[in-house]
Amino acid sequence: MGRRYLIVIAALLTAVGLSMFVYKWQVLGLPVTEDQQTTVWTVEAAVSFIGGPGSIKATLQLPTLTPGYTLLTENSVSKGYGFSVNFDSGGREALWAIRRADGPQTLYYRAVLYEDPSSRQSDTTPPFPPPPTLEEPFNTAMQVLVDEVREQSADPASFTAELLHRLNDPSPGQNVELLLGMSETRAGFVSTVTKILAAARIPARMMRGIMLTGQTRQAEIIPWLEIHDGFRWVNFDPRTGEEGLPDDYLVWWRGTQPLATVQGGSGLEVNLAVQQNQLDTLEVAGQRAEKRRSRLVEFSLFSLPIRTQAVYSVLLMIPIGALVMVLMRNFVGVQTFGTFMPVLIALAFRETRLIWGIVLFTLLVSLGLSIRFLLERLRLLLVPRLTAVLIVVVLLMLLISIVFHKLGLETGLSVALFPMVIIAMVIERMSVIWEERGPRDAINAGLGSLVVAALAYLAMGIDWLQHMVFTFPELLLIVLALVLLAGRYTGYRLVELARFRGVLER
Amino acid sequence: MSLRLFDPRARVRALRAAGVLGLNQRNARFIMEHNQRRFYPRVDDKVLTKKLAIEAGMAVPELYGIIDNQGDTGRVPEIVGEHQSFVVKPAHGSGGDGIVVVSGRRRDRYRLVDGQIWDGDTLDFHVSNIVGGQYSLTGEPDTALIEYCVQFDPLFEQVSFQGVPDIRVITYRGYPVMAMVRLPTKASHGKANLHQGAVGAGIDMAGGVTLDGVSGNEIVEEHPDTYHPIAGLRIPEWDFILTSAARAIDVTGLGYVGVDMVLDRDLGPLILEMNARPGLNIQLANRAGLRPRLETVDRDYEAAATPAERAAFARARFPAHGTM
Repeated sequence: MGRRYLIVIAALLTAVGLSMFVYKWQVLGLPVTEDQQTTVWTVEAAVSFIGGPGSIKATLQLPTLTPGYTLLTENSVSKGYGFSVNFDSGGREALWAIRRADGPQTLYYRAVLYEDPSSRQSDTTPPFPPPPTLEEPFNTAMQVLVDEVREQSADPASFTAELLHRLNDPSPGQNVELLLGMSETRAGFVSTVTKILAAARIPARMMRGIMLTGQTRQAEIIPWLEIHDGFRWVNFDPRTGEEGLPDDYLVWWRGTQPLATVQGGSGLEVNLAVQQNQLDTLEVAGQRAEKRRSRLVEFSLFSLPIRTQAVYSVLLMIPIGALVMVLMRNFVGVQTFGTFMPVLIALAFRETRLIWGIVLFTLLVSLGLSIRFLLERLRLLLVPRLTAVLIVVVLLMLLISIVFHKLGLETGLSVALFPMVIIAMVIERMSVIWEERGPRDAINAGLGSLVVAALAYLAMGIDWLQHMVFTFPELLLIVLALVLLAGRYTGYRLVELARFRGVLER
Repeated sequence: MSLRLFDPRARVRALRAAGVLGLNQRNARFIMEHNQRRFYPRVDDKVLTKKLAIEAGMAVPELYGIIDNQGDTGRVPEIVGEHQSFVVKPAHGSGGDGIVVVSGRRRDRYRLVDGQIWDGDTLDFHVSNIVGGQYSLTGEPDTALIEYCVQFDPLFEQVSFQGVPDIRVITYRGYPVMAMVRLPTKASHGKANLHQGAVGAGIDMAGGVTLDGVSGNEIVEEHPDTYHPIAGLRIPEWDFILTSAARAIDVTGLGYVGVDMVLDRDLGPLILEMNARPGLNIQLANRAGLRPRLETVDRDYEAAATPAERAAFARARFPAHGTM
């Protein structure tokens, strides 16, 4: 009965712990290995103009849907200006406004993005565009071209590819030449393509963006073509007719409107600068989760002040050390002083390092023990005697620190990190066992404690484990489940295999 | 038989086949299921155990008095009165720690059973340590018992070095299942504790006759100090001992309990103390596993059986290997 409950509870704890872990790992993208770096891009748009008399309103198109990239943070620097972000048909638009500003003005918008293959186009299906109305002879030329291309294509995508192929032909036909005569820039070219596609009732729009490659002070704005094939948006390189979007292409805005506008100013110039940085994956995930308003991360360690986080990075490892102790005591059968003493000693080893920790611990306990034997002769009452041992331990710690410092061994200073009350109790217990059961039992228990402490220290010192427990504290639920299961382990302890061998002898 | 290559899995199989009970299993299967925590004080506090045993009409060493505060530590001579020998022990001690057996005294000087001579101050200090809680499991203030020193039966004289040999009987759900006699040695400083070096000898439940001894993990046929053979001693009043042990459950309410008894020259078997977590070395002393016997009791358990019937069950069902 109890056993079945136990298994259910352990399974439940494991399930909760694991699912939270998988969610944080897979969905929120918290890293399972330490020091993972994510490449992030800082894109800065500087909008500059000469402020004229009177009020100024400036707009800037902002990245909204960015396939292949996810926006981590964004902010705007614009002293004195009112700032707001509006949604319009093409995406988001920043609006700066000020009552009065003279002279050269520069407004900054900065966005930090990181590569995210899971970020996809999730736009709505657009309605069929109305056919454009062009003057003759453009209209006829367009109709002829559309009919010709339609003859040689099967669906919107192949139509677009064929159209782009014809438009980019170095020796274009008469109709094409006539149509392209309308546009001089590349943006104009794409704009013309969208018009022709509209005549074929294919929803199309122009995207503009920049290439995120290394460091650029002045990123070139590259227009791109996007058509909807009835199911999804498909991208085309307007110059080659190739389908797809380059990996390092950041879509900045969609539509024909200009990147920036200014009212009440003149000499508008927009400069886009790109910078590449490396950021801790953990930080990226934390910021992203914050953006998503994930409760899991909001109520996580990362919401605590850094100093408290540092405390917890140690505290969270204690269950790991305790698990080692459970294994050593209930499965191996090692004798220790007190239940958690080895774990506390292991915590002290964190500062002293293993070898020095063992040396200092042995030194402290053996010195304390010899003084304890002297105290025995004074026949003190229990509590004052314990207190006397404690005081002696503190003084011994001080002495060891000073002597080691004089010897130039700075590690000796960390003896102060040993839990002195625990050490005093160890000395007292050890001396009682020494008197009652002889030195062998006392030294055995002392060595057992030291061995368990060393193993717990090694387990708690595994960097990867530290990272995992700190990033995914819910994994401790699995440790809890393991400990619960260990609580019903009824098999032999390892030392019992030797201890009871006499039963087998006849 | 020596083991050249240690194969843990083969060893586990062999121990299982022999029915050896491990600590984990003892704790989880037997102690936790049959020993309710609220009954623990009845055995952990020796003053209470003694009181309950007397109420149940069982024979115990006479209690001369108790000391339960530091101001009274000097009252030992007053409590002891005219008695030449006595025992001082902590009420909450475990494993024989803190027990002092005084075998004789002259004014302010006490001769201990292991030959030490203590003056009054040393004895007072010891009592003070007991009262201060040095020997209690939790370190809390304790009570010192001063009681009758058992004048041990000449039966064991040849096979013990100083001290008082005692008989431990494990009873499960009121049925005695296994027994051993613990013989003090020089190494154990006259204490009947296997941990401290005493020799344990199994007892054939059927006839109350001792088997070979065990010292540590080694089988010994002779007492290490007296060189007298250990096996073959017939324990007197074996029936009475088993029946007394069988009554332990009625006194303590504990289903899995170790009952420690001593044989007094004049008074016969006396109950010294009981233990809610009796050790597993008794299996070594008997060279037999406890589990088959515990399972036999589970199988044939009868709630209505009297202590005498339960003792008879033990004699009939749990004979030693050789006598089967």
